[in-house]
Amino acid sequence: MNQRLLSSLRLPAIWALLLLAPYWMTPLGGYTALGTRVLVLALGAMSVNFLLGFTGVLSFGHAAYFGLGAYGAGFALKFLAPSTPLSILCGMLLGGVAGAVLGSLIVRRRGVYFAMVTIAFGQVFYYIAFQWSSVTGGDDGLRGFSRQPLDFGLFTIDILSNANAFYYFVLACFALAVGVMGFVLGSPFGRTMIAIRENERRARFLGIPIELHIWIAFTLSCFFMAYAGSLYAMVNNFADPRGLHYSQSGDFVMMAVMGGMRRFWGPLLGAAVFVVLQDYLSSITVNWMSFVGFLFVFVVLFFPRGLLGVLRQRREA
Amino acid sequence: MSVLEVKSASKRFGNLVAVRDVSLAVAKGELRAIIGPNGAGKTTFFNLICGSFPPSGGQISFDGRDITRLAAHKRVKLGMARTFQITEIFPELTVFENVRIGAEVAGGYRLRPWLRRAEKAAIRRDVEATLTLAGLDRKADRLVGELSHGDQRAAEIATALALRPHLLLLDEPTAGMGDQETYDITRLIRRLHRDSNFTIVLIEHDMRVVFHLADRISVLDQGSLLAEGTPQEIAANEAVQAAYLGKAA
Repeated sequence: MNQRLLSSLRLPAIWALLLLAPYWMTPLGGYTALGTRVLVLALGAMSVNFLLGFTGVLSFGHAAYFGLGAYGAGFALKFLAPSTPLSILCGMLLGGVAGAVLGSLIVRRRGVYFAMVTIAFGQVFYYIAFQWSSVTGGDDGLRGFSRQPLDFGLFTIDILSNANAFYYFVLACFALAVGVMGFVLGSPFGRTMIAIRENERRARFLGIPIELHIWIAFTLSCFFMAYAGSLYAMVNNFADPRGLHYSQSGDFVMMAVMGGMRRFWGPLLGAAVFVVLQDYLSSITVNWMSFVGFLFVFVVLFFPRGLLGVLRQRREA
Repeated sequence: MSVLEVKSASKRFGNLVAVRDVSLAVAKGELRAIIGPNGAGKTTFFNLICGSFPPSGGQISFDGRDITRLAAHKRVKLGMARTFQITEIFPELTVFENVRIGAEVAGGYRLRPWLRRAEKAAIRRDVEATLTLAGLDRKADRLVGELSHGDQRAAEIATALALRPHLLLLDEPTAGMGDQETYDITRLIRRLHRDSNFTIVLIEHDMRVVFHLADRISVLDQGSLLAEGTPQEIAANEAVQAAYLGKAA
């Protein structure tokens, strides 16, 4: 009874926390923009986890699609039209389509080989962004664009200078993506993903064409990732080549694993811990990453199911 | 007409000939046992039938259709389901969820983003009927990974049954089981064969099980077909006795 009550309260509690974040974060020493960053990076980590936690496939190059999303959105704002929704759409398409094409080349690989090939493809995009300065801005990143107020005809919402309005805009985008993700995972297709994670051989001999299903999961994950990336460009008004780098991919995997990769909401918790620690520690020491690293090692060694996995186990025990 | 027809199938791995010119025809409703000493090529032969790898030579037909080069998952779609020597299940899912995946794939829903209410209800009925058939209806909500070995095996068979196969391939269904579990699984297989009229091919080491269940038996030895016949014929076959008791006998 108690447990059922808890689990039925979980979803409303998460959304209440997110909806009220601008109001409880500030008294606790945070600021709204931090919450916005958490949402965007959490969406990235959830996209990685869509593949890692629910299909059992580890991509170590997902930052490529995150970065492509950011550059796509930046290009659209800079060269196409001053529209925030259009730029997000462009970013998502750029990263998602790239993911679909590259995904078709790598779905036959498994395990370490899959991870290596994803890194390799990711680094290709990193070096393109890094070297092709005339278009991408090179090491300085793509600048000279900023998110635009949302124009609804009758009224506009200023998401550029009003931090709270922007937070709620990102939260709405986040909710949309998370809703779609949850929907896919609850579908018959989502169940085949979990079947592949659980036992690929069994899944194949149940008549599931494994490569096709992994490709679809990979492509969907890349679309989500690019969507997060384009939001990231909106957050920073800037697209950074480091957003394409494999270390960024590593950060996403870390968030997912730290939070709990078998849990839908695990990466959100992982991203919150990661971003808050980064924000706090980097104001104290330049070696902030060592501390995050220590925490990661600690979690993996002692709580292999991640922070959320531990909470869950406690309750079931 | 035969459900399964294998014509002089061979499989070579480098210099090793694992299966040599083996032919076999399984009639509809038949229960065929494949026996043979360890290393006789039984599992390799099974893998040829279900499409784990293509044969080096020969032809395999299923329901009158040539499937020699067909991918494994497409053979499943045509109605061929199998279990494995070491139980292959989805351990972190419940018994119900394991079987449901089979039922949804068989229903052609595997790429569907959602199911209509009627489809959902039909699948539920399907899964429940399959669980009852496999004697697992009371354990539907248990995680498969937490079940006893015998029940895990039954769950694996139930998942295969959910595919509504025309041919069920069972690779050593009683491997590693105690007497009671062996008895239970044997009863389940007999029920599937006698009452539900499934066509079954099984590999089995336990001769009590084989002679109790099989309509016909094929004996493999060193990759070749040594003998084929009814249980009585096989029991009386001198070559088979020699293969089992050693060449000196």
